[in-house]
Amino acid sequence: MLHEGVRTCSGCGASLIAKLVLKAARKPVVVVSATGCLEVATSILPYTSWKVPWIHNAFENAAATASGVEAAYKALAKKGLIKEVPDIVVLAGDGGTYDIGFQSLSGALERGHDFLYVLYDNEAYMNTGIQRSGGTPRYAWTTTCPAGEVLKGKLEAKKPIALIVAEHRIPYVATASPSEPHDLIRKVRRGLEVEGPAFLHVICPCPRGWRFDPSLSVEVARLAVKTCFFPLWECRWEDDDMVLELTGPSKLIAEVPELKLPVEAYLAIQGRFAHLFRPKRMEPLIRQIQADVDANWKLLLRRAGMA
Amino acid sequence: MARVEQRRIGMMGDEAVAYAIKQVEPDVVAAYPITPQTIIVERFSDYVADGLVRTEFVAIESEHSALSACVGAAAAGARAFTATASQGLALMWEILYIASSMRLPIVMVIVNRALSAPINIHCDHSDAMGARDSGWIQLFCENCQEAYDTAIQAWRIAEHPDVQLPVMVCLDGFVVSHTLEDIEVLPDEVVKEFVGERPLVRVMGHEGEVPYRLDPTGREPLSMGTFAMYDLYFEYKRQQEEAMRAALKVIEEVGREYGELTGRYYGLIDQYKLEDAEVAIVGLGSSMGTAKDAADELRDEGIRAGVLRIRSFRPFPTETVREALKGVKTVAVMDRALSFGGPAGPLMMDMATVFYGLKEGPTMLNYIYGLGGRDISTDDFKAVAQDALRAAEEGVEGLPVKFVGVRE
Repeated sequence: MLHEGVRTCSGCGASLIAKLVLKAARKPVVVVSATGCLEVATSILPYTSWKVPWIHNAFENAAATASGVEAAYKALAKKGLIKEVPDIVVLAGDGGTYDIGFQSLSGALERGHDFLYVLYDNEAYMNTGIQRSGGTPRYAWTTTCPAGEVLKGKLEAKKPIALIVAEHRIPYVATASPSEPHDLIRKVRRGLEVEGPAFLHVICPCPRGWRFDPSLSVEVARLAVKTCFFPLWECRWEDDDMVLELTGPSKLIAEVPELKLPVEAYLAIQGRFAHLFRPKRMEPLIRQIQADVDANWKLLLRRAGMA
Repeated sequence: MARVEQRRIGMMGDEAVAYAIKQVEPDVVAAYPITPQTIIVERFSDYVADGLVRTEFVAIESEHSALSACVGAAAAGARAFTATASQGLALMWEILYIASSMRLPIVMVIVNRALSAPINIHCDHSDAMGARDSGWIQLFCENCQEAYDTAIQAWRIAEHPDVQLPVMVCLDGFVVSHTLEDIEVLPDEVVKEFVGERPLVRVMGHEGEVPYRLDPTGREPLSMGTFAMYDLYFEYKRQQEEAMRAALKVIEEVGREYGELTGRYYGLIDQYKLEDAEVAIVGLGSSMGTAKDAADELRDEGIRAGVLRIRSFRPFPTETVREALKGVKTVAVMDRALSFGGPAGPLMMDMATVFYGLKEGPTMLNYIYGLGGRDISTDDFKAVAQDALRAAEEGVEGLPVKFVGVRE
């Protein structure tokens, strides 16, 4: 579905995620991309990486564009001009989802268009050269929240985007990691099967922006899960109630809490957190990140009925 | 084509547009309310609620998203319609260029309204002028009847294989949108037959020649909205310009064909008593109706006045305008918008270009009028024409820009 030779950086999480998502599809798929790394790297004329019909409109309007695509196919099918409405998959980064594209996403979810929105979250504006977004985690370095003498990276916490989306009460919301491809593919299929909007939030390691060796991308994603920095779960609504379930390694950690690694294991291998460890260890900041992780994890356990 | 029996219905401009769009029955309408366009969205919602159209109506959360959804819908091979005004058009600005550059034949009605600040809901052409260079065809209507007629013709123009560009149908806020007029309407089936189904052009994709759409079967994939660098971008722009030039002919052709059906012929311009005119008033939109009354009164007073209303502002019919004004001594160019700090109003800049480099040409003066809905009367137009005549006799230097009806 995605040609080999995509012009993303080596170790890019986004192209890996796109490949896995398309692998999961069983019906014809039409892809809508927001402006971002994946869009630019896959569509440099006169070449294209896409074996499936693909459209890019602008940065903040992937969900609105997908709304139009979906409405068009529904209308054409009603008139008998097309036989079947294909699956529609949006691929957008954190900037296009948490920030500039949030209104368009929220509107499309409220209207209930039938598409799967995949957020590949590399936690900053990587396409423009690593600037902070609403998805950047606390104390991470970016070029617009640098680690300076006074300020040590981003001071604010990451926006809980998947839970915010879940509160739109759409049929299916899940998180996934490229380190757990089977879990990811199953969730894509579930998202495509439900009637109405589905949302998949995928952690997307970025060697350039997170400052780690490109060979470690999958390992970094795995540690994000194992430390509960990025837990895996899925959620649906039943009888006006949110039914949230942990999946894969996160479910195992919930059952066997000793398996949960300290967040430091995740932070220490990434240059974007290097200022927390060098030239001297910033213990209170590391503790704050651990406290954030623990609080989010506890909240999920409660929502999953496993607290 | 034979003339068709038509019905007369009393409708406001906005209602006339909604009625035309009901008859066209596009696949997707994605729209957001804004005064003075709201009635279009409301009436169309009634048609949807009453099951009179099969259109997928997307009551969307902003104008930016409205046009974005139209881009998606048109790319999927459907007919897509939206309507807006003023701030809404300003919010769409980014996507205007994308829609035209992706060569998507979307139709959008603009109910012309002034831009904030101060916030104002009444007519001027600042909103449409902001979209002047966005690659959209811009057709300005004088009255409700023309708004109805143009909202039907627009599809044929946009979807013509030589054009493949989006079309903006502009009508004046309140003056046309909220004014009740007796309108002749075609039977539904005649409109349906006139617009037909959207023909899809074929393009060379990466897997051979395919219809220009997001193929729902996935068998004929295209990548739409791709990334082009300095090696290819310029060629895209050149092609858009050529499509604009081609549209000049298509607008006339479609106008003729529609005229044969209805008896109402529209072209690139509307000429009123220009044949022997010594002074011509040139402008856009509803106030040109007032200018025509002024021309009649001036003629009663022995002044040979005429009116040239530009219907197709983009593409601009340079040759047609030059030909129509042949022999006219002096021209009053009416601008209902400002280009702050520019050499003149936007229409005046185009009009000056029409005669640039020619040995012979009329005296031209520019009058800015009607901003934020400020009224203009026949007396105002008469004074303008007389001022232009006086200036021609006395001689003018450069391009004088004057203001009509504003407190000094």
